[in-house]
Amino acid sequence: MMRLSDRVVEKLRADMQAPDLAGTRYRIVRYLARGGMGSVWLAEDTVLDRRIALKALDPVASTDDLAERLLQEARILAGLEHPGIVPVHDAGTLADGRVFYCMKYVEGQTLAGHIVNMSLPDKLRLLERIAEPLDFAHSRGFIHRDLKPENIMIGAFGEVLVMDWGLAKSGVARAASGLSAAENAPDASGSARSSTPVTGQGSVLGTPGYMSPEQASGAIGVDHRSDIFSLGAILWFMLTGSVRGERPAVDSIPRPLRAICDKAMAFDPGARYPSAREMTRDIAHYLHGEPVAAYPESLIERAGRLYRRHNTAVVLVVAYLLMRLLFILLTRR
Amino acid sequence: MNKILVGLLLGAVLGAIDGMTAWFTPAVRSQLAGIVVGSTFKGLVAGVLIGVFARKVNCLAMGILFGLGVGLLLAFFVAHMQHGYYFEIMLPGGMVGLIVGYATQKYGRPVTPQRA
Repeated sequence: MMRLSDRVVEKLRADMQAPDLAGTRYRIVRYLARGGMGSVWLAEDTVLDRRIALKALDPVASTDDLAERLLQEARILAGLEHPGIVPVHDAGTLADGRVFYCMKYVEGQTLAGHIVNMSLPDKLRLLERIAEPLDFAHSRGFIHRDLKPENIMIGAFGEVLVMDWGLAKSGVARAASGLSAAENAPDASGSARSSTPVTGQGSVLGTPGYMSPEQASGAIGVDHRSDIFSLGAILWFMLTGSVRGERPAVDSIPRPLRAICDKAMAFDPGARYPSAREMTRDIAHYLHGEPVAAYPESLIERAGRLYRRHNTAVVLVVAYLLMRLLFILLTRR
Repeated sequence: MNKILVGLLLGAVLGAIDGMTAWFTPAVRSQLAGIVVGSTFKGLVAGVLIGVFARKVNCLAMGILFGLGVGLLLAFFVAHMQHGYYFEIMLPGGMVGLIVGYATQKYGRPVTPQRA
């Protein structure tokens, strides 16, 4: 009997799982990745002659409940029209009965790959741009619940896109229904994800290290501040290259930025920033050499910050005063 | 604070300091009040001119050069009236202009375009 290599087996498996696009305007180009609730394929829109990403439920996981959840994800994305949120082009049911939706195909890197060799100010400016679509979604009553570096794509032209809204929920509706994150979450069969999330029947969904304590505990009333925690964890990752707590404390992080991370990742949601905008405001203050609300600085630190902010002006005035002093000394001779 | 006010305040403060240093020259100590007032006024004029320039031209190098030029020119007039001390008056005067030129380009609210 002929043995098949792992590569061939993987290819056969991918082909078997490939959605049946007969009767649609799309044509599969290649398999891309697994996402929440299904697989993502690179496809071609034959009418508009462009590449799109097509997300379809896996054949074995295709239940009515999951089909509704995938459509719900598509509806959430369609309702969140923002340059930082990947746009949905189409949704429906394929000939094989699997629910799918098409979205913009983003060519680029994930956050982790993009920030290598990036300067600190550039990283902070990037975080500000990550927070924009998040703040927008929060203003529309949605929470992402699975923010992590793998779900942030940086396009070829520097565009920042927050991806994978498969766990997104309407914070308002959830609070009203009083359901916990665990009760709202899809079951294990529909939550196969590319990373290593916590999954399982009746358990919580999210990614350890980026998931807020209340989300991890399946507490009732998880709101947008859970995403603020994740944003703080992403900032920490951008500053250190690792998840918080994974490595010993890093001394090289400037204290104000550490304080921003601490505030965003506070155990008590009430102690966190009230919004992503407030957090980025503090980051902008740090970038511009202004006082950071999360960090009460000492007099010496304040003087140092003011000097760094106005160093040329300080040098000019000191040079002027030294020149005057020199003149005085010379004329007194 | 707008750019003209930045120039005006900085010019006045540096001009006053400039004038007060005359106290260390015994020969002119008796005229100290007049020198301080004159120097402050010179700083005010330079500050306003440089501030107006900064509102019109948004360029650090040009702002510094203009500030230096105005500072030197005003100091030259003062030195000319004094019939001497050109170096002692023009060097600090030029430096004050240079600092005010830098400060007005870097700080102060620029003009917001008016909507029709």
